[in-house]
Amino acid sequence: MREDIQITVNGVARVVSCEPETPLLDVLRHDLGLAGPRFGCGAGLCGACFVLLGGSARSSCDLPVSAAAGQPVTTVEGLATAGRLHPVQQAVLDEQAAQCGYCTSGIIMSAVALLRATAAPTEAEVRAALDGNLCRCGSHQRVIRAVLRAAGRPGD
Amino acid sequence: MLPGGLVTDQLPPSLAANPRLDGWLDFSTRGLVTVRPGKVEYGQGVWTALAQIAAEELDVRLDQVRIAPVSTAGSPDEGVTSGSRSIEDSGGALRFVCAQARADLLAAAAARLETGPATLSVRGGEVCTAAGGTGLSYWSARRRPGRAVPPGAPAKPPARWSVAGRSVPRIDLPDKVTGRPRFLHDLVLPGMLFGRVVRPPAVDATLLEVPDLAHPPGVLAQVRSGDFLAVIAESDRAAVAAAGRLARASRWAVRDSLPDERDLKGFLLAAPAQPEAVLQRRDPAAAGRVTQRLAAEFSRPFIAHASLAPSCAVARWDGDAVTVWAHSQGIFALRRALAAGLGLDPARVTVRHVEGAGVYGHNAADDAAADAVLLAREVPGRPVRVLWSRADELGWGPVGPAMVARLSAGLDAAGRIQAWRQDVWSNGFIGRPGTGGEPRLLALSHLAGAAPIPPALDGPPSGAMGASRNAVPGYHIPDLGVTRHRLLAMPVRTSSLRSLGAFFNVFAIESFMDELAAAAGADPVAFRLAHLADPRARRVIEAAAGLAGWATRPRGAGTGWGLGYARYKGVAGYCAAVAEVAADTAIQLRRLWLAVDVGRVINPDGVINQVEGGALQSASWALRERVRFDRARITSVTWDSYPILRFSEVPEVTVRIVPVPGQPETGAGELAQGPVAGAIGNAVADAAGVRVRDLPLTTEQVTRAIEES
Repeated sequence: MREDIQITVNGVARVVSCEPETPLLDVLRHDLGLAGPRFGCGAGLCGACFVLLGGSARSSCDLPVSAAAGQPVTTVEGLATAGRLHPVQQAVLDEQAAQCGYCTSGIIMSAVALLRATAAPTEAEVRAALDGNLCRCGSHQRVIRAVLRAAGRPGD
Repeated sequence: MLPGGLVTDQLPPSLAANPRLDGWLDFSTRGLVTVRPGKVEYGQGVWTALAQIAAEELDVRLDQVRIAPVSTAGSPDEGVTSGSRSIEDSGGALRFVCAQARADLLAAAAARLETGPATLSVRGGEVCTAAGGTGLSYWSARRRPGRAVPPGAPAKPPARWSVAGRSVPRIDLPDKVTGRPRFLHDLVLPGMLFGRVVRPPAVDATLLEVPDLAHPPGVLAQVRSGDFLAVIAESDRAAVAAAGRLARASRWAVRDSLPDERDLKGFLLAAPAQPEAVLQRRDPAAAGRVTQRLAAEFSRPFIAHASLAPSCAVARWDGDAVTVWAHSQGIFALRRALAAGLGLDPARVTVRHVEGAGVYGHNAADDAAADAVLLAREVPGRPVRVLWSRADELGWGPVGPAMVARLSAGLDAAGRIQAWRQDVWSNGFIGRPGTGGEPRLLALSHLAGAAPIPPALDGPPSGAMGASRNAVPGYHIPDLGVTRHRLLAMPVRTSSLRSLGAFFNVFAIESFMDELAAAAGADPVAFRLAHLADPRARRVIEAAAGLAGWATRPRGAGTGWGLGYARYKGVAGYCAAVAEVAADTAIQLRRLWLAVDVGRVINPDGVINQVEGGALQSASWALRERVRFDRARITSVTWDSYPILRFSEVPEVTVRIVPVPGQPETGAGELAQGPVAGAIGNAVADAAGVRVRDLPLTTEQVTRAIEES
């Protein structure tokens, strides 16, 4: 049964009409036209679809949209402020920390959540925080460097 | 003979096949140069390197270069983007074309200005004299660069490069960190519909009965032909739901057709196979000097591509013509295969490449394209997008073949290798669309009356091709025999996976080299150097060993070090790797050091990124990966059942490029696969005290080997 569901995405309140159990990812991509969160597995196992729900990074492919109604949702499209990339995005470019880039937006969301909770993480903490994100091209080391580089930069 | 000493058959092969300049270059937008390569981007950074080559030879800024999307409608046919050949093929052609365009511009400007071309230069695309700009440029000429080549103008010597040869940021990454639509998965076309395919429940299955389900509104069609079953809906989620209902309601006859995965080696050695000599170099005198013989058997399982995105494609029929948007590595081959498989005139099939996630060989991208073409035929004029599920991506995409190698060798009294025999058993690695005149597209093989996809081919038996890629040891061995046994049965569909046989063959050879070194009482590095004369080979080994501190490595209990080396394909780039492994409660790869010689380098950071990525993927294959199956189907269809290395598990990687500016480019995307596997195998053996010869080198496998030793 379709319902009108209100969610706040990247600071904007939106109303979508869909079944409440529709995965949040589906709503973000198809109803709201956002390309940043990506479909990888549909089971919350790869991290390509990660978004911020409140302050935490989590999968959106296995989260019913109704469960996202109470908290703000942030996607990679919502990170830049006043035309400036978020420090994590900038650091990914500075370190050239990607190959195909399909996992990149999900990784960035995990890193942003980490740095909001832990301003100066150790390398081990960065690795642990990104363990829910898979990368098949092998850009891991550059990503770790990028997150450490972004830590402590102003702008978040 | 033509000016510059060039004759037609000496053109770069891509250019000889596509000889018109205007096929490669377009100056129709003022201030910008559009370059039209036939090689596709899939995360390897090739478009950035090609843009550098074009900017360098045209004397324009890098930010003036645009890369045109690759399409059968307008791009040169450069074959498949594979084999680490793009810089050599596409880069070679573009260097030639752009140098010619620059020379043409200078000649025209010199005539107009009544001066000699030598007094002129090009800056930012504008012709300049010593006094400054002339207003003449690529864009003022108002003519298409239309003349067929040759003649050829000389390209710049690398010593004069200012854009090529330097690390520049990838041109595709800004879109990818901001979430701008760039992937095929992001493509939205007007009126687009969504298809999902219900794959059979087993490799060998027959669809007996499909109920005509009462689908809810929004589901437009249920499609069936033979064992091909699918739905088309107005939204992807409606298609997913309908496909799920259809899968549960349909009845299939399922037959066991897969070998016993617990005896995969037994299957590979017993299956019908075609033996072919890869190399036979007999030296009875050398063989007669052998005083000590060793033999060993190695294996690898099937390995999945496991790209992070499931495959996707969009197709639309307009009358009797079809357009397909695909993330295929070989859009021209896909066009021919689709046309042949569907009985169409290839001129009525257009394939447009759009980026997908990382590609490591022949994955399911082409199959998804065939799905989309079949479904779109049901709704003429409407584009239909097909997205595969994760389970189908891991369960139905082609995989890299399982392999067995038997090696034996003889040392003389001085500890030098005199004789070596190597036999490799494998399914073929060449199963792309069109191979051997067969479409080899999954959906077409499921249609009513269609035959199954035939066993993959493997190319001529050489040390550069297929399962025998790098099966010929690169060391000085007087008496040498290498044989490839291509399986003639293919229970699990196999095709190209990054580096083809090189990953496994180098693992086996480098493992065996350490066993021989131990038998000779020699240090592994010194033993290899004693069997190598090529200075480039010696340099990468010495560089990797130096980088890792091999000579002063700590020899603690539970820690192991290993080295692996190979020249990719026997003729391309050189790579040596050192691995450090900890083996206490679990096998943990701590660090990798690599030295590579890839000839001239266009984008050093691009090369390092490719080598790092290849090293980490190779480490994941070597330590974790194994396609699992029962007697009817692949069962490792989730990230839980097909684990790859995670952030907390990847080693620190250090890559050094050994500079050789005078040598041609060799490509960098695949050369780390073998040496890294060899280094890890040797480090694990060093740490654990026993050698494990069957991949993957999981903690369980190593523990079992210790218990059995």
